[in-house]
Amino acid sequence: MIDDSRPIFLQIAGLIENEIVDGTLAEETQIPSTNEFAAFHRINPATAAKGVNVLVEDGILYKKRGIGMFVSTGARAALVARRTQEFFEQYVRPLVAEARKLGIPADELSRMIIRGADGAPAEGGNRERSAAS
Amino acid sequence: MNGAVVEARNLTKRYRDVLALDDVSIRLSADRIYGLLGRNGAGKTTLMSVLTAQAFATSGDALVFGEEAYENDRVLSRVCFIRESQKYPDDFTAFHAFKAARLLFRNWDQAFAERLIGDFGLPVKRRIKKLSRGQLSAVGVIIGLASRAELTFFDEPYLGLDAVARQLFYDRLLEDFTDSPRTVVLSSHLIDEVANLLDHVIVIDQGRILIDAESDALRGSAATVVGPAPKVNEFVTGMKVLHREALGPLASVTVDETLSAAQRTGAARLGLEVAPVSLQQLVIRKTLINHPSRRVPGGDAELDSMEATR
Repeated sequence: MIDDSRPIFLQIAGLIENEIVDGTLAEETQIPSTNEFAAFHRINPATAAKGVNVLVEDGILYKKRGIGMFVSTGARAALVARRTQEFFEQYVRPLVAEARKLGIPADELSRMIIRGADGAPAEGGNRERSAAS
Repeated sequence: MNGAVVEARNLTKRYRDVLALDDVSIRLSADRIYGLLGRNGAGKTTLMSVLTAQAFATSGDALVFGEEAYENDRVLSRVCFIRESQKYPDDFTAFHAFKAARLLFRNWDQAFAERLIGDFGLPVKRRIKKLSRGQLSAVGVIIGLASRAELTFFDEPYLGLDAVARQLFYDRLLEDFTDSPRTVVLSSHLIDEVANLLDHVIVIDQGRILIDAESDALRGSAATVVGPAPKVNEFVTGMKVLHREALGPLASVTVDETLSAAQRTGAARLGLEVAPVSLQQLVIRKTLINHPSRRVPGGDAELDSMEATR
């Protein structure tokens, strides 16, 4: 949901991107209207519109005149490519920093990641080690 | 599209020895929601009174819809000012107040007013004098919303309203603003509650404009860095410090800086946590740092360097 860390319009854009990446919003489907976003998140409609427009400028969404905004073909692939590039800075770096703080060596960290990717529970059961967000 | 609805230049208002407004210049654009924030006695009500021609400025001028507002019906029929403690004639019921408002405001929407009366459960036939503080606020909120005035001021409209009624007000305001855009100025102390509704934030302190910025530009414009004191101090060197707290060997420093991705990565490498600063916190910090009793001769830069070496 909306927090204080970043401009709201960027958070709205991010939420829509998330739904495109995880498939909730399929390509060539219509997204909710600006006013629906505003009412749902209890934000100013101009701010919601600004968030949607960021994605129009990026080519992720396009406008059908008189109907509304739609997800462009190829939007998902474009977002996945961009997010994969950002993944290292956004997720791997903080993960490694937290591991260093706890004294987890690199080889153990990689084993933990592989175990996590396989969906196995954390070692020791009750004590979950969570990465810094 | 966003023409100036209000254009105020160098407004000063002096009450005997109190300077309530000190050279205030602001511009309000059409169809936006403004937050007018500040401490009690900062000058919020005075500013709204001057802009709505209910008080005279000592000097400076204000144009509303491009004209002087004083005794100008063309302007005033498009302006609604809901005062925090609006006075009504002694024998008035809410029903009478709504009837008067219907005559005053040319965009008045009776059906909307009736829906709001139901929403707030307001006893319209009871004399206003006998209403509770919350019900009195509801009368103002209903008039302010149903008047659909192109320029609407709400001066702390929520006094006595419980959390549910306040949410109802924010929701109805947003809904109706979406359907009938207009310029709304919301003066409030409950900054966190209204922060997401605002296009623009104006903070006034001791009669002067302290912040006049888009709310999205303020969001993320400050950050709190938490971690071991020496590392925090190293990280914030050269940054404008708004606030500093210590807890044993830990320091928590709020800086007036938009941190770049590289800076955030740097903070993470130092083992520091970076937390966002809410609009309410930002206003508190900036107001406190602006307070003369805390100001050091030589200004903020000196204060910062002093704080940084402490």
